[in-house]
Amino acid sequence: MSSSSSHLKGLDYSVLQQCMHCGLCLPTCPTYDATKVERHSPRGRIALMRAVADDQMVMTKTFADEMYFCLGCLACMTACPAGVNYAELFEHARAEAEASGVLRSPKRNLIRAFAVRWLFMDLSRLQLAGRALRLYQQLGFQRLLRRSGVLNLLPRRLRELEAITPNIRPDFSAELILPVTPAVGQRKYRVAMLIGCAQDLIFSDINRDTVEVLARNGCEVITPPKQFCCGSLHAHNGERVLAQQLARKQLAQFPPDQFDAIITNAGGCGSHLKHYRSLLADDPVYRERAELWDRKVKDIHEWLVQIGISPPANAPPPQTVTYHESCHLSHGQKIVAQPRQILGSIPNLTLVELPESSWCCGSAGIYNLIQPEMAGQLLERKLKHIQSTGADIVATGNPGCLLQLINGAKQKGLNLRVIHPITLLAKAYRAGD
Amino acid sequence: MAAAQNSLPELRRIVGAGNVLTEKEDLIPYSFDGTAALRQMPGCVVFAINTEQVTATLKMANQAKIPVVTRGSGTGLSGGSLPVPDCLVLCLAKMDRILELDRANLTLLAEAGATTQAISDASTAASLFYPPDPGSMKISTIGGNVSENSGGLRGLKYGVTRNYVMGLEVVLANGEVLWTGNKCVKDVAGYSVKDLFIGSEGTLGVITKVLLKLIPKPAAKKTMVATFAQMDQAAQTVSDIIAAQIIPCTLEFLDRTTIRCVEDFAKVGLPLDCEALLLIETDGHPAAVAEEAARMEEIARKNSAVEVRVAKDDAEASRLATARRSAFSALARVSPTTILEDATVPRSELAKMIRFVAAVASKHRLRIGTFGHMGDGNLHPTFLTDERNQEEMRRVEEAFKEIFDEAIRLGGTITGEHGVGVAKKSFLPKFAGDTQMRVMREFRRTLDPSGILNPGKMFD
Repeated sequence: MSSSSSHLKGLDYSVLQQCMHCGLCLPTCPTYDATKVERHSPRGRIALMRAVADDQMVMTKTFADEMYFCLGCLACMTACPAGVNYAELFEHARAEAEASGVLRSPKRNLIRAFAVRWLFMDLSRLQLAGRALRLYQQLGFQRLLRRSGVLNLLPRRLRELEAITPNIRPDFSAELILPVTPAVGQRKYRVAMLIGCAQDLIFSDINRDTVEVLARNGCEVITPPKQFCCGSLHAHNGERVLAQQLARKQLAQFPPDQFDAIITNAGGCGSHLKHYRSLLADDPVYRERAELWDRKVKDIHEWLVQIGISPPANAPPPQTVTYHESCHLSHGQKIVAQPRQILGSIPNLTLVELPESSWCCGSAGIYNLIQPEMAGQLLERKLKHIQSTGADIVATGNPGCLLQLINGAKQKGLNLRVIHPITLLAKAYRAGD
Repeated sequence: MAAAQNSLPELRRIVGAGNVLTEKEDLIPYSFDGTAALRQMPGCVVFAINTEQVTATLKMANQAKIPVVTRGSGTGLSGGSLPVPDCLVLCLAKMDRILELDRANLTLLAEAGATTQAISDASTAASLFYPPDPGSMKISTIGGNVSENSGGLRGLKYGVTRNYVMGLEVVLANGEVLWTGNKCVKDVAGYSVKDLFIGSEGTLGVITKVLLKLIPKPAAKKTMVATFAQMDQAAQTVSDIIAAQIIPCTLEFLDRTTIRCVEDFAKVGLPLDCEALLLIETDGHPAAVAEEAARMEEIARKNSAVEVRVAKDDAEASRLATARRSAFSALARVSPTTILEDATVPRSELAKMIRFVAAVASKHRLRIGTFGHMGDGNLHPTFLTDERNQEEMRRVEEAFKEIFDEAIRLGGTITGEHGVGVAKKSFLPKFAGDTQMRVMREFRRTLDPSGILNPGKMFD
């Protein structure tokens, strides 16, 4: 057991005590809603964290499993009148669970060592893995293997995972985006563009669209080809030290005083990126810079509305769109109106409100991989609502949600396109070219 | 009393293994309800999904003399669903179906675990209205509302839960199922047994189904916020409105501390530089609404209101009401422990009571946020404290004692809508008097001779 096993005890007690267990979080929690069991609710989980901090209970596997049953969607933070910082509690609880070793198993250790501690620590490794996957997909191996039935020999879980492997883009961001993209017309702002990790491999076209939209709105965009993961994967999976390392790398690569804004187009990343100050609270060297960084990080929708976008001049063909809110965009960053405003600025676009638009789709980072059953239930619920709108396009601002919905639509054979709002905007601009 | 432990196999047989929780990690989250600073571990938690399971569970518990604490969503504010040592928590949250909406008779039948919000939504969908709206309505259950006789923001005009209960299905301590009430508007056959169970806090039986009265949805409503530089001006405005024989559906007030916390959370544009704020809502026929709103605005201005703002649409009105409902929880932004009470006085004594509360807080050097249902005299003085500071907690207790004494002296009550539970248990005898206490004890002994239902709550 390492010294970090006192994560929860080390917290300022008032953070734990802030929860006055009024229960107003319960109806917004997807896992409570599905089970009606208090342990699977925010206030139940906080009670357990407090019990661990108070030595009423020792760390157990059940506790750790519970922390991983939580989606981390943060809907409870939007609902909480008392202002409990659940995001922080939840990260510390998972970190304490990891440090205690209650979850260790040879298979899990191996996967974590490979994915969290190696693959996602350096994007060139991830890109290499992406290229290999792309080869597998492009050279026909995937089709061949899928058809041959060989895949049926794999354990069920692996087969399911193989089926949802995302399609890797032929070109990553660095091949699509210049290191410096000049503003179209007069330069009003200088911004940095974060290409993300999954986003870079699977949705590099969204990165390209984002840069294009920024340039058309008077921004000079700096996009270094080699970037780092923001560390949200690590922070949310109990690896705060690695998350801190990655945060320092970001701060070194993008000194916040040199940019008017640091742009992310992934809701999940943005929610983490805006909290480097608390992540690096104990780091005297980076702490101050992190504070400025937190203020400079802007989700693309937030930034565009802040600077006032120039509406697309010509009308693309009519389209009916509904908008699914990424949890970490709406609950994590409280960015609710801006994406709708951007979609609303596109001529000929009819925006139909999605029932339960801010209810988690089940993607939740890597939740769909580790909790497939609950993730599947949530996806089902989301797709039903999307279908009820009659829209044939669902727009959403986070790669996890995009992937989850693309897979869901594919599995169900739905005539549904899943598109980032900024791509819709970029297309509208191009319609006028 | 025997621990619930020995009965686990039997309980698992009754409700299924998945509906019996016994692990420490499962029990800790059931060791409290919405009441501050009260904790007690139960012996086990049992989820029943129908009346038959409730019956079987109670029969078994009655025989084995296991204490049973019935629970819905655990949002109560007097410790009513707080476990007692080694008890069986009987959770009805999974019995949440709405069974019938009768448009011909304007009634709704629901299982006890249906949320107040679900009932409100189902009524609205049928263009009908279920008025009681306790602060926790998004998750509170109708069974809990009936057991506590919950109030809400609309109590002034529409009354409380009791005024909407037409019938109940109750499982008695020995497992017998009792149905009381019906869909008749008039019914004087025998004692009004259902009224005995309303507000009985789980001590007389387990409510499993509720038949509710619905009313037509008001055609129009108007919501206003009036702000004042002095608390007295707000209180006088309320008195003048009542004296002018206007009964708005909502007449809520917040003090400065509460306004700041609520605005910090809800961001609805409340002014932060005033001492008191009134949230006023009138509903009904459009013409009546317009006239009442104009008269109330005039009264507020006559009492030196700094500003009177009218909500521009339903969405803004609903945001304001939601913000007000969050007041109690939002006060937790200022201090780790928030202890609120709901002393209630006749409306004529309201200004006196508000001044008294402020004086008590300053006498005991306590921070306080006060809000509440000014229109019905139901105050929520909330002490902002820290349960780890035992010395301060003693002063809080002392202050509450004085507030309750004063409420009784002014002809008021120790609890307007939260119930007695354990929080106000010690104040009940003085309030109720010997004869009433004896009658209540006899009722309870008759219905629960073994004393298994929520023992130690309300009175011993």
